[in-house]
Amino acid sequence: MEIGTFLVQCLNAVQYALLLFLVASGLTLIFGIMGVINLAHGSFYMLGAYMAFALSPLFGDRFIVMLLAGVVLAALFGYLLEWAFFSYLYQRDHLQQVLMTYGLILVFEELRSILVGNDVHGVKVPAWLDGSFALGDLMSYPWYRLFASAACIVLAVGLYLVVNKTRLGMMVRAGASNRDMVRGLGIDVRRLYRIVFASGVALAALAGMIAAPMTSVYPNMGASVLIICFVVVVIGGIGSITGALLASLLVGFVDTFGKVFFAEYSGMGIYVLMAVILIWRPAGLLGQKA
Amino acid sequence: MSALLAVDALTRRFGGLVAVNGVSLDLHRGEVHAVIGTNGAGKSTLINMLSGEIGASAGTVRLDGVDITARPQARRALAGVGRSYQRTTIFPEFSVHENCRLAAQAAHPRPWAIWESASACAASNAAASEALAAAGLETLAQRTAGTLSHGAKRQLEVAMCLATRPRVLLLDEPLAGMGAEETERMLALLERLKASHAILLVEHDMDAVFRIADRITVMVNGTLIATGDPAAIRANPEVRLAYLGEED
Amino acid sequence: MSRFSSSLPLLCVIALALGGPFLGPYLSDLVVKVMILSIFALSLELLVGMTGLVSLGHAAFYGIGAYVTVLASGSDGGSIAWLLPLAMLAAAGYALVVGALSLRTRGVYFIMVTLAFAQMAFFVIHDTPLGGGSDGIYMYVRPALGPIDLEQRNTLFYVVLAALVATYGVLALIRRSRLGAALAGIRVNEQRMQAAGFPTFFYKLAAFVIAGALAGLAGFLLAARDGVVNPELLAWHNSGEVLLMIILGGLGRLRGAVLGAVAFTLLKEVLSSHGIVGPMADHWQLTLGLVIIAFVAFLPKGLMGLVERNAKGAA
Repeated sequence: MEIGTFLVQCLNAVQYALLLFLVASGLTLIFGIMGVINLAHGSFYMLGAYMAFALSPLFGDRFIVMLLAGVVLAALFGYLLEWAFFSYLYQRDHLQQVLMTYGLILVFEELRSILVGNDVHGVKVPAWLDGSFALGDLMSYPWYRLFASAACIVLAVGLYLVVNKTRLGMMVRAGASNRDMVRGLGIDVRRLYRIVFASGVALAALAGMIAAPMTSVYPNMGASVLIICFVVVVIGGIGSITGALLASLLVGFVDTFGKVFFAEYSGMGIYVLMAVILIWRPAGLLGQKA
Repeated sequence: MSALLAVDALTRRFGGLVAVNGVSLDLHRGEVHAVIGTNGAGKSTLINMLSGEIGASAGTVRLDGVDITARPQARRALAGVGRSYQRTTIFPEFSVHENCRLAAQAAHPRPWAIWESASACAASNAAASEALAAAGLETLAQRTAGTLSHGAKRQLEVAMCLATRPRVLLLDEPLAGMGAEETERMLALLERLKASHAILLVEHDMDAVFRIADRITVMVNGTLIATGDPAAIRANPEVRLAYLGEED
Repeated sequence: MSRFSSSLPLLCVIALALGGPFLGPYLSDLVVKVMILSIFALSLELLVGMTGLVSLGHAAFYGIGAYVTVLASGSDGGSIAWLLPLAMLAAAGYALVVGALSLRTRGVYFIMVTLAFAQMAFFVIHDTPLGGGSDGIYMYVRPALGPIDLEQRNTLFYVVLAALVATYGVLALIRRSRLGAALAGIRVNEQRMQAAGFPTFFYKLAAFVIAGALAGLAGFLLAARDGVVNPELLAWHNSGEVLLMIILGGLGRLRGAVLGAVAFTLLKEVLSSHGIVGPMADHWQLTLGLVIIAFVAFLPKGLMGLVERNAKGAA
C-alpha cells in the first residue's frame, strides 16, 4: 500500500473513530452514572442525522449555526424524554430496561417512518467545506472529513474539561461512584441525571448531524451505530470515557483497514477484536469491575 | 500441632495501595482465631484472599500443608475451606433445609444426571440435616428462609457453611446487626463448632471477641501489629494506642 | 396448584395431537409456527428464567440451526437422522465459543457481548459467500427419515409437536435435577454458590450450550417448515422478540415461555390486521412498541403473573 493511500485510510480511521467516540461516550456516561442500558441510544444518532436533513435547507451554508441549533433541540428532547420516560427506568432491572428501550426503538423507527418516510436522503456539504485538499502529490482528502474530525476533537476536549474541571463534572463523577452520598450533600440528583441524559442525547445527535453529509440519512442507521457502540463500550470498559476513546480508535482502525484488506469479511473484524480483548481483559481495557 | 490453615506473608496490592501487607497467621483445630482492626485495616481483603475470591500479590496460603494459594474459591471450598459473609447470602425463596441442601450439593454435584431429582439426593439431605442440627436450626427446617429473624438468618448463613463439611471456617462478622440474645446464641454455636473446626473470626464486637477468641490478631492499615492470646493483646501498648485506646 | 392447572400442559398436548389432522392448511401452519417459537422461547427460558443470564443474542443459534439444515441438505435433501443432530451440534458449538468468551463478563456487559456475537454471526451469513447473501437460500428437499417425510404437513405437525414435548420434558427434568438446583442458586446468588464449592462458570456454560442446542433444534424445524432461510433469522430484532416472548408469558415458568410464544404471535397478528385495528395496522411497529413498554412497565410478571394473581384472589 503506498504512503498516500495509507495516510488517507489513517485519516478515515481516525475520523470514524472520533464520531463513534461521541456516540459511545454518551452511552457509557448514561450507563456509568445512571446504570441504565439504553438500546434506543442509536435512535438519537438517527435523530441527529434526520435533523440535519430537515434543517439543512433552512440554514444553508451556516453549518456551525445549524449544528448548534441541532444540539439545543436534541438536548431539549433528551431532557423531556428523561423526565417522561427514562427516569422510571432507574429502579428497574436490566432485563426490563432492555425490553422497554427496545419498545422505544420500535416507536421511534415507526414515528420516523410516518413523519419522514423510508427513503434515503442526502445532506449537502456546506460550500465552505466542499472539495478536497492535496495530500502530497498523489492523494487528496475531503475538507469535510477533516472538519468532522476537528469538530469531534473539540467536543472531546470540551467533554474532558467539563467532566474533570467543572463543578458539574465533579458532581457527575461523584454521582457515578456514590449516588446516595451525592443526594446527602443536597445536590438535586434528579436534575443531575436529567442533565447527564440530555448531554448523552445531544452528543449522539451531534454525531449524527456531523455524519449525515458523509453517510447519507437512511432508516437503519441507528441500529448499526448502536451495536458498534456496544462493542466500543465493552472493549473500552463501562463508565470509562478514556476507555471509550481508546476503544473507538481501535475499532476505527480495525474496521477501516479491515475493509481495505479483507473486503467481504471486514464486518467481522471488530467482533474478533472484541473477542480477543475479552479473553485478555473480561472487564474491558479500562473498565472497573461491574 | 501443625496449623490446619497456615498463612505466610500474605500481601495484596491494588495499584499503589497496599491493602494487606505481609500478614502471617495460623489457624488450628479447636481454636477461634479472631482478626480485629479498624475500618480499612484490610480485614475484608484478608478474608477474601483466604477464601479465594481475590488473588494474592505475594505470600502463600497452605491448607494442611498443601499450597492452595493459586486455587479458585470453589476448589478451596471443596477442599475444606468454608466461608460466611457479612451481608447475608442465603436464598430467601427456598426453605431453610433447601438452603443447606443446595450448599451441600456442591460435594455431590452429578450435573449430568438430570433424571435424578435434586430433592432426593440422600447425601445432600443428610449433610443438610447435620448442618442444621449443628447450628441449632432443626425446628426451622421447613420455614422459608426469607421469613426468618435476622439472628436466625445469620445462623443459617453459618449452617450453609457447615453443609459442605469444611474443616476451616472463615466467618465474616457473623454477629453483624445482632441483639444481645441473638449474640449469645451465636457465641454458643461458635463454642460448639470450635472443637471440630479451625475458625477465623473477623468481628467488630469487642466484648464477643474477647469472650470467645483463643487468639487475636490485630491489623492496622494492612499490617499485622500484634498477635497473641486475649490477655496479651489487651495489655499490648501498641494495640491500646492504635485501636483499643479509642474505646477507653 | 390445582390438579387441573398442573395437567393443563398434558391436556393441551392431547388436544393438539387429536385435533392436528383436522386443522386446515393455514391453521396447521400457524400452529406449527407457534410450536417452533415455543421451543425457541423455552430454550431462552433456560438461560434467562432458570439461570438469570439475560442474552440478547439468542437468535444466532436459532439461525445457525436453520442455515446448517439448509446448507447440509444439498440438492438431494438429507436424512433427519444426521441433519437434526448436525443442526443442534452447530448451534451448540457456536454457543460454546460465545459462552466461553461472554460468561466471564457480568450484567450489562454480558447483554452487550451476546448481542455483538450474534451480530457477528449475522454478518457471516449476510455478507460472506458462506451464507448465500441477503436473499437467503432455498432448501430443495425437506429432510426425511424412512416413512417420516417432513414435506408432508401432517408429519411435520406431529414431529414438531413431539419435539416441543421433548424439549418441555427435558427442561422440566433439568429444573428439578441437581443441575437445575445449581442454576437456580446461581441465579439468586452466584457468590454463595462459589463459596459452597460450585464451579459456577461451567454450570453457566452448560446452560448456555444446552440453550443454544435447543434453539438450533427450533431452527432445524423452522427450515423444515419454511423450506427457505434468510439472514433476518439471526437479526437482533429476533433476539429481542424471543426475549419479549418469555417476559410476556412470565419468567420462571416453562409454561410461561409457551404462553408467551402464543401470545406474541397472536399480538402481532392482531396489531397488523386491518380488520381489528384499522389504519393503525400499517404502523404495527408503533403499537407493538407502545404495548411492549406498557406491558413491561405494568405487568412485569407477565401473563402467568396475571393468572396467578387471579388464582390467589379466587382461592
